[in-house]
Amino acid sequence: MSVPVEAVAALEAFQAVGSWEQRARMLMQWGERLPALADDEKVEANLVQGCESLVWLVGRLQGGHWQFAASSDARMIRGLVALLLARVNGLSASELQAVDLPDWFAQLGLSRQLSPSRSNGLNAVLQRMQDLTRTQK
Amino acid sequence: MTMLVPSPWRADFPAIATLQRQDQTYLDSAATTQKPQALLDAISHYYANGAANVHRAQHLPGAHATQAFEDSRSKVAQWLNAGDSGQIVFTHGATSALNLLAYGLEHLFNAGDEIVISALEHHANLLPWQQLAKRRALTLVILPLGDDGVIDLQAAAELIGPRTRLLAVSQLSNVLGAWQPLEALITMAKAHGALTVVDGAQGIVHGRHDVQALGCDFYVFSSHKLYGPDGVGVLYGRNEALHHLRHWQFGGEMVQQADYHSASFRPAPLGFEAGTPPIASVIGLGASLDYLSSLDQQAVVAHEAALHDYLLRGLKARNGVQVLGSPHVALVSFVVEGVHNADLAHLLTEQGIAVRAGHHCAMPLLKAMQLSGAIRVSLALYNDSDDLERFFEALDQALDMLR
Repeated sequence: MSVPVEAVAALEAFQAVGSWEQRARMLMQWGERLPALADDEKVEANLVQGCESLVWLVGRLQGGHWQFAASSDARMIRGLVALLLARVNGLSASELQAVDLPDWFAQLGLSRQLSPSRSNGLNAVLQRMQDLTRTQK
Repeated sequence: MTMLVPSPWRADFPAIATLQRQDQTYLDSAATTQKPQALLDAISHYYANGAANVHRAQHLPGAHATQAFEDSRSKVAQWLNAGDSGQIVFTHGATSALNLLAYGLEHLFNAGDEIVISALEHHANLLPWQQLAKRRALTLVILPLGDDGVIDLQAAAELIGPRTRLLAVSQLSNVLGAWQPLEALITMAKAHGALTVVDGAQGIVHGRHDVQALGCDFYVFSSHKLYGPDGVGVLYGRNEALHHLRHWQFGGEMVQQADYHSASFRPAPLGFEAGTPPIASVIGLGASLDYLSSLDQQAVVAHEAALHDYLLRGLKARNGVQVLGSPHVALVSFVVEGVHNADLAHLLTEQGIAVRAGHHCAMPLLKAMQLSGAIRVSLALYNDSDDLERFFEALDQALDMLR
């Protein structure tokens, strides 16, 4: 199964991290690299419900491959979303279905961000992504 | 170096030491409190010595359980100085007590009547009334706040009027930490013959309150915020007001006579305690109240005031920190200029600081303040200034990384 180049880079970077400070700084750096979302895509319809911050997520199936774009007004969640997109962008519909995203965040040392009590929104983003892929088959 | 504000009661709460071993500093007591050893002992004693249902069986375990359960009711009545003025009803939480009121009093309302609440209500004291207003075509009137986070009494005097049938307000805001002018509000409501409900969920935890002196018809709080077990709420109702309350949930020992097609029900309190109540938790609440009663109340109040002052000064000394309102006690909510509260919460969590971030179940209040959320640090009698020093250190580190 194909793992996008970006994902390999993320894995290498996060697995080399020693302290929580380093991990947090790296999350922010990844967030900053997330391409800006056009203003006309930052609309209510693209807003992910259930986050403490504003998170917008759009996704399109282009030529059989998924391309997601996202943004947030908070930096940590933007980093988490960037890591999510690194893993899924460019995958085919069937590849995307087969990705174990909780495992992906566990490999990055970020599984706590998916615990049920976290209201930072990563769970909500994953749910939204699933809904998008279901409606656009 | 000696600690500036030590807590002489810290060791009475075994979880605090456990949390400290896990590098966790607990500053979220406005959400729920840690429990004293006395409560753990009482619950363990109850289960180890024979659980039984209450108000049903003749057998000895049933008699013991019922006695302990009813003793707790008396202890709550004493804690509130209810005397003979009313009854203590056990519910499953403050939220369920407020829902009981919103359903049990529904028959008193006609279309066009007004229910008055304030802009700072927790969802538990907003949504039951909002939904009642929708069911009965009532108007929900919202009392505005001053900049200090206290209900504006001048505005209240204009808004509480002859159409007001019920006033429901918080004693102490769970976001702004400000005591509310209950006596003035209750007087206004009574002048128009309205019923009065006080949400004491936060207020009950700080100082002692006297429901007879307050003069409210109903006073509601939850056990778990008052160092008691979860799953128990308390509804105090004044005798005259309880006559208006219709039965809401049915089943169990709340019934007097039952036929296939009709039934009659007991008066308060048992008539409003459908099903098996949370017996162990009610007994545990009694133990927590015994423990609290054994403390030097003045020392507790002085400790909480000193800690709160320490917290408030420390926050105000930091660049860009903006405190919400003018908190009096118990908690401080704040935001930091140019920093998203979700990011700050993330980095505080990473450093083992247990505070609350977000809307604090008061979404309309945060929206009115044009904030997407805030960080809330809340205190209890087991906290000390070292807890706050750890928080400040983590805050500085987080802000350093985010700015």
